[in-house]
Amino acid sequence: MFSNFDYDVIWRSLPYLFQQGMVFTLTLTAIATVFGLILGTLIAMMRLSSSAVLSGFAVSYVNLMRSLPLVLVIFLFYFLMPYVGQWIIRSDQPVQVGAYASTIVTFTLFEAAYFSEIMRAGIQSVPRGQVMAGYAIGLNYREVMRRVVLPQAFRNMLPVIFTQTIVLFQDTSLVYVLSITDFLGAASKVAQRDGRLTEMYLFAALVYFLICFTASFFVKRLQKRISIIR
Amino acid sequence: MPMITIEKVSKWYNPQFQVLKNCTTTVEKGEVVVVCGPSGSGKSTLIKTVNALEPVQEGTITVDGLNVTTMKKDLPKLRSRVGMVFQHFELFPHLKIVENLCLGQTIVLGRSEDAAKTKAMKMLERVGLTAHAQKYPGQLSGGQQQRVAIARALVMDPICMLFDEPTSALDPEMINEVLDVMVELAKEGMTMMVVTHEMGFAKKVANRVIFMDAGEIVEDAQKEDFFGHPRSDRAQHFLSKILAH
Ligand SMILES: Nc1ncnc2c1ncn2[C@@H]1O[C@H](COP(=O)(O)OP(=O)(O)O)[C@@H](O)[C@H]1O
Ligand SMILES: [Mg+2]
Repeated sequence: MFSNFDYDVIWRSLPYLFQQGMVFTLTLTAIATVFGLILGTLIAMMRLSSSAVLSGFAVSYVNLMRSLPLVLVIFLFYFLMPYVGQWIIRSDQPVQVGAYASTIVTFTLFEAAYFSEIMRAGIQSVPRGQVMAGYAIGLNYREVMRRVVLPQAFRNMLPVIFTQTIVLFQDTSLVYVLSITDFLGAASKVAQRDGRLTEMYLFAALVYFLICFTASFFVKRLQKRISIIR
Repeated sequence: MPMITIEKVSKWYNPQFQVLKNCTTTVEKGEVVVVCGPSGSGKSTLIKTVNALEPVQEGTITVDGLNVTTMKKDLPKLRSRVGMVFQHFELFPHLKIVENLCLGQTIVLGRSEDAAKTKAMKMLERVGLTAHAQKYPGQLSGGQQQRVAIARALVMDPICMLFDEPTSALDPEMINEVLDVMVELAKEGMTMMVVTHEMGFAKKVANRVIFMDAGEIVEDAQKEDFFGHPRSDRAQHFLSKILAH
């Protein structure tokens, strides 16, 4: 099987694979992590609030997102977003939303559901006495959250957040359904064009494996360090 | 005008469980009042109602003439003027000691970073911990952490201080370093409400002793009367048990 392995096709396509494909994969991962985390934190705070409306909304949102396959959501949002955009800015035509912009919004909204569950656990991991102490020196709810609870919640959950990001990094490959040139998309396009499926998919697998394996290794080390500090 | 008045205060954690039963007492300016009683009698709850960390369903509580039971918008402002020290210190573990002392000053009182830091260092000196300013709470012993917690309350220039069993989570050899700071505060005329079983402290600096049992203030007496001849059986029983240790 490897006797007529064409290493050159990999070598030739490296710039395309990384400068286009991997750059988009990493961009999507980074943006969805950062904004998903911010949005997820807000949803977690809504979930934990005493307002039935807010927490009801948060629960519904999380359940909805977690009950739909990501591929389906990517597809659905791509088709629906132009109309949602039209409705939001009240234009008389559907708004042009490219596949790239659409996936970025989709992943952010989708990941927010997962990050919100992580941040909820994080917020609940901060002892009640900490909240009391914050209020006792005169902080209000927002200040207690921002200065006392969230920094600790975030720190406690950092390994879990990174683990989720690694999963997200792998999941970004699903954007192939919109023919986007992420890393896997780029490898796939070369594979089809040059008829070198085995080489390209094996190489792509190797790259994903190396990145995720290395990242997981560092997450484990981080986890140990955090458990020592606490 | 008294510093703290607690009038006919009742509180339920749920409809079946009344944790405070018609509690009434007063703390005058400059007075040190010790609150004692068996575990679960509602001491922590009572002291937390004073700065509205625990809401109450019935009765009225005032601090410095202000009704805290109906207060909403001004609560943070009031709380910043009431120092609170917890059983488990509750320093913010993600902040350095000096940052722990600056947080309330800058955010709540609007002091500049520099002014806050100067004040923080002054208070650390007072509790003898200047050398630890740049450390994190986790690097300090329990006694040191509790002294920092007292300093964190003092930098806010409180008009009175609430202590909830400040020494009961400490190893025995660390209790005195904390009590010493509290005794000094009392001697300076700070108004203090202290939940504690340290009867030595009570005898030394308290003006009055309140004894609670099952959510009720069973006894509220001048120190001499309380230790001399407590009126209630429950207080006598409690005292004999605790003094036997
Ligand atoms: N948040 C709460 N919810 C329900 N019950 C509580 C809560 N906090 C305290 N209690 C109960 O109220 C009673 C009084 O508690 P507390 O004020 O902590 O007593 P103490 O400080 O005298 O030991 C205890 O029986 C305790 O279990
Ligand atoms: Mg208690």
